[in-house]
Amino acid sequence: MINNFYITSPIEAEVIEKLTVGTRVLFSGVIYTARDAAHHRLVQALDKGDKLPFDLNGQALYYMGPSPAAPDQVIGSAGPTTSSRMDIYTPRLIADGIRAMIGKGNRSPAVKEAIKKYKAVYFTTIGGAGALLAKSIRQVEVIAYEDLGTEAILRLNVENFPAIVANDIYGEDLFDQGKARYQRRK
Amino acid sequence: MRRIEASTIIQAVAQLCQQANFELGEDVLAALKQAQQDEESPLGREVLSQLIENARIAKEEHLPLCQDCGTAVVFLEIGQETHIIGGDLYAAVEEGVSLGYSQGYLRKSIVGQPFSARINTGDNTPPVIHTEIVPSDQLKITLMAKGSGAENMSRLAMLKPSDGRQGIIDLVVRTIDEAGGNPCPPLIVGLGIGGTAEKAMLLAKKALLRPVAKPSPDPEASELEKEILSRINDLGIGPLGFGGSITALAVHAEVMPTHIASLPVAVNLQCHSARHKEITL
Repeated sequence: MINNFYITSPIEAEVIEKLTVGTRVLFSGVIYTARDAAHHRLVQALDKGDKLPFDLNGQALYYMGPSPAAPDQVIGSAGPTTSSRMDIYTPRLIADGIRAMIGKGNRSPAVKEAIKKYKAVYFTTIGGAGALLAKSIRQVEVIAYEDLGTEAILRLNVENFPAIVANDIYGEDLFDQGKARYQRRK
Repeated sequence: MRRIEASTIIQAVAQLCQQANFELGEDVLAALKQAQQDEESPLGREVLSQLIENARIAKEEHLPLCQDCGTAVVFLEIGQETHIIGGDLYAAVEEGVSLGYSQGYLRKSIVGQPFSARINTGDNTPPVIHTEIVPSDQLKITLMAKGSGAENMSRLAMLKPSDGRQGIIDLVVRTIDEAGGNPCPPLIVGLGIGGTAEKAMLLAKKALLRPVAKPSPDPEASELEKEILSRINDLGIGPLGFGGSITALAVHAEVMPTHIASLPVAVNLQCHSARHKEITL
């Protein structure tokens, strides 16, 4: 297991090739938030051929809807939501340019297939550690769908945001591997 | 007859919303620390230490433990010798939730219409309220901030009486196995066994309010809790699903009589961020 693999987002294709399941990374740079409602709108926009609120090409999506920032804070609590709810939209977004996703929990076979095919990567971070994860977020800007409140798309500037590679281009899966290692069969 | 002002209830509920979201219960923290000792996976142990650190930051800085500040589930134990004055009880609870979520900068996660518009109500109302009349002159309010990651993985099954004890064990273990890392393990597993469909789920939810890992006073139920916990921790799912020997911190089973034709079993899952606070007025 490699510790502290520093990566800059958006991630270069050559970097994605080096990322294997279990690799611990610290993200710096720009990531975009999107959860259920924003995914729905992004895919609707793609279907209609409308202009998207940002260029998806090579970008990273973080499945997160923060709690509101208090006056002295950059952001409130900011941990991942369950990724599998996005599975229905994800292959389409990968096909249209998204190259990294950050969330929690496992992905569908179709998402894993798209990750392999288009050379993308899925990271998991720590579900329920929103106060801790907020510390790595330096800047927040609402860029689209402000009417969705916490589900609006935010552009985040992060520094050393921690995550672990959960699905890589080689078809491996952190959750399957971890379970197989610690399962006690009766 | 003791009188309780509705305005007192509003303030109490607003406080509970914030306390629940900022301060993890001592019992939950102790269980996480114990899990850190017992967990076999190094990554799992590291995750647990980050969760403990997260709880420290949340408490010190009044940052919510989790960005999902939950549905406000409110249990009211209303003493039959109390009289609520100066307003409507449910309206007071609702106003308290609205006030607490706005004052505390907590995330508002409730949508008004669940299957079409799904527009956020803006103040985390309405809460889900359960009431019980008890023989006292007090009002006990318990507020649970219930995140949906775990709630979504809950299940109700109307088993056949012939499925029996083993049927219950298999159902619960299958439910946890299929949920994997999604409900944010290590979990507290609430079970409601018996009653009717809706009563079983309410029992399962109330089981989550018991201090973590305190066994049921009923010896048969506590034996069942132990066996299910051991089976769940054999699954290997581990903290956040990354693999490990601690998938659940505890199983709490509540049991009640049922119909001759029925064996209702409800599984209500609680993530590691088990947030609830109570006050007695």
